[in-house]
Amino acid sequence: MHSSETTAPGVVDVVTVVEGKKRRAKRNKQAKPRAVKLGASDYALRGISYVFVSLFAVFCLLPFVMIVSASFSAESEILRHGFGLFPRGFTMTAYEYIFKSPRQILGSYAVTVTMTVLGTAIGLFVISMTGFALYRKDFRFRNQISFFIYFTTLFSAGLAPTFIWVGSTLGLRGSYLAVFLQLLMTPWLIILMKNFMRTVPYEVIESGKVDGAGDFRIFAQLALPMMKPALATVGLFLAMGYWNEWYLSSLYLGSQVEFRPLQYHLYNIINTANALRNSVAGDNVTITNLPSNTLKMASAVVATAPVLLMYPFVQKYFVSGITVGAVKG
Amino acid sequence: MAGVATTRRPRSLLKSAWDSKVLLLMCLPAVAFFVVFAYAPMPGAWIAFTNFNYRDGIFGSPFVGLRNFEFLIKSGQLWLLTRNTILYNVAFIVLGNILQIALAIMLNEIRLRYFKKISQTVMFLPYFISVVLIGVIAFNLFNYDTGAINSLIVATGGDPVKIYSTAGLWPFIIVAVQMWQSTGYGSIVYFAAIMGIDKTLFEAAAIDGASAWQRIRYVILPSLKPTFIILLLFSMGGIMHGNFGLFWNLVGNNAQLFATTDIIETAVYRMVMTQNNFTTSTAVGLYQSIFGFALVMTANWIVRRMNKDYALF
Repeated sequence: MHSSETTAPGVVDVVTVVEGKKRRAKRNKQAKPRAVKLGASDYALRGISYVFVSLFAVFCLLPFVMIVSASFSAESEILRHGFGLFPRGFTMTAYEYIFKSPRQILGSYAVTVTMTVLGTAIGLFVISMTGFALYRKDFRFRNQISFFIYFTTLFSAGLAPTFIWVGSTLGLRGSYLAVFLQLLMTPWLIILMKNFMRTVPYEVIESGKVDGAGDFRIFAQLALPMMKPALATVGLFLAMGYWNEWYLSSLYLGSQVEFRPLQYHLYNIINTANALRNSVAGDNVTITNLPSNTLKMASAVVATAPVLLMYPFVQKYFVSGITVGAVKG
Repeated sequence: MAGVATTRRPRSLLKSAWDSKVLLLMCLPAVAFFVVFAYAPMPGAWIAFTNFNYRDGIFGSPFVGLRNFEFLIKSGQLWLLTRNTILYNVAFIVLGNILQIALAIMLNEIRLRYFKKISQTVMFLPYFISVVLIGVIAFNLFNYDTGAINSLIVATGGDPVKIYSTAGLWPFIIVAVQMWQSTGYGSIVYFAAIMGIDKTLFEAAAIDGASAWQRIRYVILPSLKPTFIILLLFSMGGIMHGNFGLFWNLVGNNAQLFATTDIIETAVYRMVMTQNNFTTSTAVGLYQSIFGFALVMTANWIVRRMNKDYALF
């Protein structure tokens, strides 16, 4: 009977994680850890750990370094020696090409930034409302609605029927709405929000009810201010979804829009020779020997740099996404 | 629900709907979203049993029974796609969990705070970036003329390898890229679990003279078991579903590699996008949905019997 209350579908119990943290903090305050003599094997393990963690960190970073290096290299050097770890024949030529006729890249930026800002705001509003309602134990339909949403992760219509339905029946082919709307929420984000809600003490809601506040007012004025970490985490994943989007664009936008979302623009530059030429030359298609290798790398840097600059600041919320949600999305 | 019923008279559905009208309204946008984008296309799966054409529509096109499935089975394609999808997922799950646990144990040994912080930040990064960038990285590393791997081979006196036409290499490449992307982020859960272990257990082990290996074997690994089981169940449920973005951006439409790289998602996408083939792609999609659904149910049923707390629902 109560199992449906305590374990939301598909979720590692967040409460145990949070309580574990609290208990740990308390313990660490109470008793200083006794100095334990370390043996040879402990030192060996520690040494191995430092070595392997360093190696893996370098391994994770290396591809990024190579892309940036290549973007600042001379095309002739790349053609002779191939891509390497350091820039060869340092030059900004590739970036000059991109920003000589910046119409394409700026258009793509505008589309992606608009979608990311609007989508994150609207998505957060809808998801937090739903999460709040599903967290309310006195809500008669919480289990039915939870299951209604969760079921879509278990069974789906499949790509082709969805494609026909959204593209033809709803008539959204060639419309940014096809991309924008479908990224507004996922069952996983709603479950994540609902899990986060458990850190809001239920007494807060009851006190609101006693004071005669309506359900929406309890949500907007009492619960929402306490949900800032949840909003930050869910908002981050929504924003990532919009920023990194290329898949729905490839299905529904194709070449029907003038400005493709940023990552889809990059996808085309990498995969088709014409897209590269069109993106830097505009109407002036007389350029014959484009520095295509370095241009691809510079385009990747331009499309990725903003999120890389934001990353250190949002990383905290990125981590809580997996510790609280702990569902493989 | 039951708690309410025992204290009050059972209320009618309409009455309780009226009482919770605000909460229902708050759920309405999300419910409408899933109705429109998830439930409404479902009847369209009927296409799998027809010879679909746009003019007659989904329910007007001629009914062909199971012929689409027959074709998929006889051509051997369904078997190839199923095998590839499942084998890749098994490799991802087995290797992924081993590496994540190993990394979490090693991170736990790091004492320098800034070293830990910076290395973790760097290791989560690959999971944060767009999958299109992974295609860029693959181009940077593997292309024949200017790829970093081939230039390294040439520089050391070898002959360049045509990586994009050697199907046998790609299972290793794809698994390596997946590990590169997800090991750091995936280790967070295990790391959190290790941090949650009672410190007195470690002290007791040290007093008993346990070596580092014994500490791992008898304290850490048993404590990670519940986390491992939960993650394993999650991934078992998804074993029929591939990571489309990764495969498509690495391999794309390169037919020379299909034997070892084609998974259900990539095949369906290709059928829809490049061949306008809606019947076969719907049949494959329906097969995937039903098979996948049965797998989740089975896995959940088994875990429920083992330990109710770990069950998904």
